[in-house]
Amino acid sequence: MLRYLSTRLVRALLTICFVVTFAFVILRLSGDPALLILSPDAPPEAIEAFRKSWGLDRPVWEQYVRYFGAIAEGNLGRSMRDGRPALDLVLERVPATLALTIPALILKLVIGIPAGIYAALHRNKLADRMTMLFSVAGFTVPSFVLGLVLVLIFSVNLGWLPSGGQDSWIHGILPVITLGTAGAAVLARFTRSAMLEVLGQPYIRTASAKGLAWHRVVVDHALPNAAIPTVTIVGFMVGSLVAGAVVVESVFSWPGVGRLLVVAVANRDLAVVQTILLFVAATMVCANLTVDMLYGWIDPRLRTRRVAGAG
Amino acid sequence: METLVALRGLTVDFDVGHRVIRALHGVDITVGKGEAVGLVGESGSGKSVTWLAALGLLGPRARVRGSVTLAGQELLGAPARALEAVRGRRIAMIFQDPASALNPVHRIGRQIGEALGLHRGLDGGAARAEARRLLDRVGIADAARRLTDYPHQLSGGMNQRVMIAMALAGEPDMLVADEPTTALDATIQAQILDLLRELRRDGGMSMVLISHDLGVVAENSDRICVMYAGRIVEEAPTAELFAAPRHPYTSGLLAALPDLDGPRRRLVAIPGTVPEPAHLPPGCAFAPRCPVVLPVCATAVPPLESAGPGHRAACVRVRRAVAA
Ligand SMILES: Nc1ncnc2c1ncn2[C@@H]1O[C@H](COP(=O)(O)OP(=O)(O)O)[C@@H](O)[C@H]1O
Ligand SMILES: [Mg+2]
Repeated sequence: MLRYLSTRLVRALLTICFVVTFAFVILRLSGDPALLILSPDAPPEAIEAFRKSWGLDRPVWEQYVRYFGAIAEGNLGRSMRDGRPALDLVLERVPATLALTIPALILKLVIGIPAGIYAALHRNKLADRMTMLFSVAGFTVPSFVLGLVLVLIFSVNLGWLPSGGQDSWIHGILPVITLGTAGAAVLARFTRSAMLEVLGQPYIRTASAKGLAWHRVVVDHALPNAAIPTVTIVGFMVGSLVAGAVVVESVFSWPGVGRLLVVAVANRDLAVVQTILLFVAATMVCANLTVDMLYGWIDPRLRTRRVAGAG
Repeated sequence: METLVALRGLTVDFDVGHRVIRALHGVDITVGKGEAVGLVGESGSGKSVTWLAALGLLGPRARVRGSVTLAGQELLGAPARALEAVRGRRIAMIFQDPASALNPVHRIGRQIGEALGLHRGLDGGAARAEARRLLDRVGIADAARRLTDYPHQLSGGMNQRVMIAMALAGEPDMLVADEPTTALDATIQAQILDLLRELRRDGGMSMVLISHDLGVVAENSDRICVMYAGRIVEEAPTAELFAAPRHPYTSGLLAALPDLDGPRRRLVAIPGTVPEPAHLPPGCAFAPRCPVVLPVCATAVPPLESAGPGHRAACVRVRRAVAA
């Protein structure tokens, strides 16, 4: 187990290094923060001074080494826009994002999983077809389209809910529904196919042949097995709690991490982008580790590998 | 002999979306109290479907007609509750691939305990003790420790023993063993068959042994039913069937058997394969492969007719022989 964890950890570190480098290359090669933050009409001296103070006048490789060194020391740098520590800027925004993504995750779970199970148990019946129809619709419609449609209906036409901002929990309703719908759709499909796979297994027939009532066959024998693949996708959803709302935050003007990221990328504000990416990578890594541990807990085949003698 | 289970005119249709496929065409089988019946036939001939249908285990896409009675009680169309009370308690069933027939995420002890709780109201320590006794009974060494193992920690033969222990948990009147040894290698196969024989001798349990291997069935049945393409084509006491087979298919199966002392092998001697249920020839389903086919065989399905005491066969040649 320890060896397993340490290889996972090394892999996670490599991933993070890769992400850090990738962000540097993309952001440095695609625009000049001085021009973007100060505007191109700023006096040349001002631009020169800005470059000097942020080290942008040095060769790119030197910038990279310094930047990487700083991160390795735990210094995430400051925003070039207002000079505040990038970490503070990001941390400030995390609660707002979680205020959307956590309720959305709960929505996905409480709708997606039961819907998938129900559909599988009523395979090819009307209920199954309707569920799958909604599910396909749910994840083929892009979230910004869904968001705008919801705004059109509930804010513009009916006037029931606000279309943007973060003044109260009411403002969160539409973004949470927008976020939750696609995820619930994915989860429903996934759970359905996991259940169908499991329901076709010989041990399900054994459980019925034993005399168990069908609901107990489903609850005691099918669900624990179907949980194994479903945990993967749920883990992925947990991993995207911090970064999964970029589009929706933009549509609903929600001041979360996603919107900060959009602005920071537009300004090539490297330190801020970097910090957000590190956060995202860290949540992903934690979620993956948790999933791996859950696997071991649910599926005994991953815990113990021992075959007793024949006979 | 008193009849325990009787299948009468059992017909099974599968709804496969665009059409309906008939897998069984009116199967009659009776099993007496304490009797061991062998059901033999090549793969795809409908042996499993017959007994899954009898226990209502085929799922919603299968349409089952005819009659299945257990000690006079009709099971077809019986409410779910009534069927649950029969499964495992009156009629238990074990399957071909023991490794996948046990739930991979539950311990052996729990899976046996479930049956004990269901049929004998045992739980906790009592269930554990009884599960241990059952594992002992089916010849698993170190039973106490095995209870906490998962199926993947046991070999195929051990898992089949666990399946048998689970089947015994309800103290059933009859055990249906569907190819219980097909997935196992030869020595283990012999051990499992020995165990089944011993259990039957001790417990007076009826048994249906399903196999594609006439050799397996021969040593473990009082009577043998031969199945082909969803029909019983011959039925006789075991010795009689071996001595005087009346259906050319049975003769073919017999010819495929190795010498008594030789190793068992798969049935290969009859050329061709069992026709798919969707592509049955008109008339006798065996006619296209039959070495002694007559023109009349392609016109009508021969009924199962008496060919001596306790012996019936579905071949036009039987009637000719009787008439002659
Ligand atoms: N669920 C099902 N749907 C459609 N056809 C089936 C189904 N189960 C079995 N069959 C068909 O019924 C026939 C008999 O199958 P089976 O009883 O499993 O054969 P056996 O046990 O003798 O090898 C086969 O042709 C098989 O394809
Ligand atoms: Mg079979």
